Amino acid sequence: MNLHEYQAKELFAQAGIPIPKGKVAKTPEEAYQISSQYGTTVVVKAQVHTGGRGKAGGVKLANTPQEAKEKAIAILGMDIKGFKVEKVLVTEAADIASEAYLSVTLDREFKMPVLIASPAGGIEIEEVAKETPDKVLKVRVNPLTGLLPFQMRQVSTFLYTDKNHRKQAGEILKTLYALYWQNDLSLAEINPLVVTKSGQLTALDAKVSIDDNAQDRHPEFEKYKEFSGNEKIEEEAKKAGLSFVKLDGSIGCIVNGAGLAMATMDLVKFYGGLPANFLDIGGSSNPEKVIAAMKIILADPNVKAICFNIFGGITRGDDVANGIVKAVNTLNPKVPIAIRLVGTNEDLAKEILRKVNLNVYSSMTEVVKKAIELSKVA
Amino acid sequence: MGILIDEKTKVIVQGITGRDGSFHARQMKEYGTKIVAGVTPGKGGEKLYGIPIFDTVKKAKETTGANCSVIYVPPAFAADAIYEAADAGIPLVVAITEGIPVADMLKVYHYLKTTQTRLIGPNCPGLITPGVSKVGIMPAQIHKPGTVGVVSRSGTLTYEVVYNLTLAGIGQSTCIGIGGDPVIGTNFVDVLELFQNDKETKAVVLIGEIGGAEEEKAAAFIKAEMTKPVVAFIAGQTAPPGKRMGHAGAIISGGAGTAKEKIEMFKKVGVPVASTPAEIPALVEKVLGKKKSAKVSTAVVRTKAAKKTAPLKTRTFKGNHIKPAHALAAKNAPDKVGGNRKTSRKK
Repeated sequence: MNLHEYQAKELFAQAGIPIPKGKVAKTPEEAYQISSQYGTTVVVKAQVHTGGRGKAGGVKLANTPQEAKEKAIAILGMDIKGFKVEKVLVTEAADIASEAYLSVTLDREFKMPVLIASPAGGIEIEEVAKETPDKVLKVRVNPLTGLLPFQMRQVSTFLYTDKNHRKQAGEILKTLYALYWQNDLSLAEINPLVVTKSGQLTALDAKVSIDDNAQDRHPEFEKYKEFSGNEKIEEEAKKAGLSFVKLDGSIGCIVNGAGLAMATMDLVKFYGGLPANFLDIGGSSNPEKVIAAMKIILADPNVKAICFNIFGGITRGDDVANGIVKAVNTLNPKVPIAIRLVGTNEDLAKEILRKVNLNVYSSMTEVVKKAIELSKVA
Repeated sequence: MGILIDEKTKVIVQGITGRDGSFHARQMKEYGTKIVAGVTPGKGGEKLYGIPIFDTVKKAKETTGANCSVIYVPPAFAADAIYEAADAGIPLVVAITEGIPVADMLKVYHYLKTTQTRLIGPNCPGLITPGVSKVGIMPAQIHKPGTVGVVSRSGTLTYEVVYNLTLAGIGQSTCIGIGGDPVIGTNFVDVLELFQNDKETKAVVLIGEIGGAEEEKAAAFIKAEMTKPVVAFIAGQTAPPGKRMGHAGAIISGGAGTAKEKIEMFKKVGVPVASTPAEIPALVEKVLGKKKSAKVSTAVVRTKAAKKTAPLKTRTFKGNHIKPAHALAAKNAPDKVGGNRKTSRKK
């Protein structure tokens, strides 16, 4: 789960990481108010769960409250990579002397949290790492020891030469690591970490993601759940016990298991179609889940055919079949359905589906080809 | 016969009285796995399907001589269950549980390095040596004893591939799901090494997916260390970057971990990559045929695999001498697997 910048900064501020003054606005008038309170040049920033906001025109400077209002009018309601802007952060513009990069994330290769630091901040760290790898320092932290003082010195001396700046950096990265570890974050990023002309280190931007598997033990993050566009549907799906990702194609896919769901999408593409989604109904075989899955897929106007690919293991075929029948009866779908169902209770399932004139295919290849064919007829 | 588990494997089921634990304890037992004990704190002294239940893993191990544990404990308590099994000295722990927080697994991973315990998973279907032993949740009936090792990050996609292999008459030595999480106990390279050193395994099918760099490491290992042929399949070619595709580990982050990169990496080291799961059996037949110097050998593979009811001992591959290079390599390779298995047999 991703936090908005203003939410991440709230976390930072509570923990003691310096951030510029700022408040979130839902309307242009609110942006005007905040800007007039500050009486300085402000930055109006779109609050969306995606990068590249600046390039998309979602981050603008405003010298007066009136300008702040105008920029907010322009930014609010904007679509940035499929995310609708519903809030802007109005924040004091900083006098920047230098920009650095600092983050804590998971190093999957070494199975350790890793501190990533670079004196070249403000741009994407992957680019810096590619172009000038000597400007990126990675310090891995053994989870059994936690962050050690010498590691903090390694990072702060890599980033700064000034003693005072180093001291401030040490404090910030200690706090950032603690935030990461104690809150089960998967990313805590400051980009850029600036030194202002008065010599103060400040987190000008903040990016925080929380490990989805750890959400249950952090009820305090519930209030940060703000979703727009496709995220709303994905969150709905999650509540129904489904894992769903919206895509742009026309073949709706309902599959059990993440790997098989990806392979099904790939096969749709392989045979010349385009998948409308990733959808994993998970391991249990509650018929209600199938109905919820059908509802979500049918809500997408791009979907021209539905492709079921079920490999029964823990999932019982007859349960899925009952779910399909119930969904067809209650939702009355206008798009054709192609079903493949093998494994546990396969025969029972086929019997159930045959009674309502739904054909069952025995191979994944067949069902995908059939779904594509049906989508063209429809 | 296969890797990690055999007829001497004695299994404890942690979380045996839960919904999944009880269901699968029964399934495994019916398959012939030696389920010697269950563990549920507070239910020690009870029995389920004739399996004695203990309060602690330590007690269960002392009483039954178990050498493997399979965990069906809910995510919030799963890390503790793994620690408990390792502390009791269980050499092989299989964690089925999905949804364990990454921070918990990071500590588990580094703690286990100080022990003799090997962890498979978490968030995995477990492993099966067809006809011998099953420790996990996979539907047993789709498997067939044979000589192809299968290793995968996925669950149902593994079933799909195994099903295709079995339909084509190709049996499996051991099928193992290593798990779909970013932090797992045993990775592709570990399993490839075990298969390389296993006398029964003649070829390996590797099923990877987007996210991380384990497939890349596997490709490097295959090039440097493996004499047995490998066939690969990678899921997630149509997955968008930055989105978690169900599995916590299946995410393209910062443009890295794409299916395309992984496929290219395998092709570069001469590993054929199937475009679809249905293509895998043909590729396996091809590599098995190609790697053998004589046609006779391929015929042996097919006939052996076709005899699904053949007693396990006769599965020993007598055609080895026909391809001296590989047979020799297998003999000379440091026999870690064999070693492990022998240790477990002694118990």
